[in-house]
Amino acid sequence: MAGISNVIYQHVSPALATTLFRRNAVYLTAIFAGAFAFELSFDTGSNKIWDSWNAGRQWKDIKPRYLVAAEEEDDD
Amino acid sequence: MLARSLLRGPNRAIARQSLGKSTRASSTAAGAEFASSPFYLTLTASLATAAAAGSAAWYYHLYGQEAFAMTPAEEGLHPTQYPWVHERFNKTFDHAALRRGFQVYREVCASCHSLTRVPWRSFVGVMHTVDEMKAMAEENEYDTEPNDQGEIEKRPGKLSDYIPAPYKNDEAARAANGGALPPDLSLIIKGRHGGCNYVFNLLTGYPDEPPAGASVAEGMNFNPYFPGTGIAMGRVLFDGVVEYEDGTPATTSQMAKDVVEFLNWSAEPEMDDRKKMGVKSIALLTGLFAISVWVKRYKWAPIKSRKVVYSPPIGPRR
Repeated sequence: MAGISNVIYQHVSPALATTLFRRNAVYLTAIFAGAFAFELSFDTGSNKIWDSWNAGRQWKDIKPRYLVAAEEEDDD
Repeated sequence: MLARSLLRGPNRAIARQSLGKSTRASSTAAGAEFASSPFYLTLTASLATAAAAGSAAWYYHLYGQEAFAMTPAEEGLHPTQYPWVHERFNKTFDHAALRRGFQVYREVCASCHSLTRVPWRSFVGVMHTVDEMKAMAEENEYDTEPNDQGEIEKRPGKLSDYIPAPYKNDEAARAANGGALPPDLSLIIKGRHGGCNYVFNLLTGYPDEPPAGASVAEGMNFNPYFPGTGIAMGRVLFDGVVEYEDGTPATTSQMAKDVVEFLNWSAEPEMDDRKKMGVKSIALLTGLFAISVWVKRYKWAPIKSRKVVYSPPIGPRR
């Protein structure tokens, strides 16, 4: 997508574009690292939103009630 | 085109003339000279249209209508629609309700209905801890593999075992229930028209006595929601028939609601993950769609905003 690299060059920062696109190794590493960081942040964020929508409904919300009772019977 | 060829005879000369004269305004030229048509043509066309429409209507009357083979009583009363929270697109099951519903299943339903497609392990991390489920599985006996002598012995249940059925086979189940087979409940919410609403209405819809005029066969019970209204299962949920460990009042409707949600879980155990994945993918695809719209506009901007100008060559002829 030549268009996006142009946009980065013109509207974001020429210095960033030159460092990013000059060497293929840097470019590829940036793509992989970016994908990793996006996946991580997207999952964390969406899981938080999901849990706030379902507060009190999921097993992890009611689990403590039953763990205490189990530990009193035998320490496992 | 059709009108022109129909009316070709007397008006041929005029048509030729007008065609030759005004080629550009051909759509407007077909004015007064083509407007009049003989009466017999109008009559024939009207009759043909009437005959076609009439025969289509007659055919629909004969073959097109829906056939209702069953009486309303045989269809069963339509279930009332309830606003189930766990059926919304962004809501998981209420796992406390699942736990209560499983208790209702074990203490009430399990004496007749099997749940053969659900293993003990699937409750772990959903409504019970692993220790609770191990203890519950060990209360049941299962066949071992044949030993050295070829004998099959009994062993306590493991997490990987499936919930045992109350009867050895369908024939035993029929014999114990007056000829009626209690259906397996693993997929009952998916397997019944109306789903959660139907099962809830069925469980709570038993009247104290059948209405006047209703015929109930020997050994059957009246339930308006059951197709045919005669059901072998009697009313089983009465207030307080179960004592919930979390202190929820065990009314009939509360137990029915909990067990319906539990049965929906057993039919769709993947629902929580499925909905979460769906919400995530819709969010991602929305972003990708926005990017693709932007890229399209970016690529098309020079094409859409350019102006093509023809500047004729300056030659000697002009």
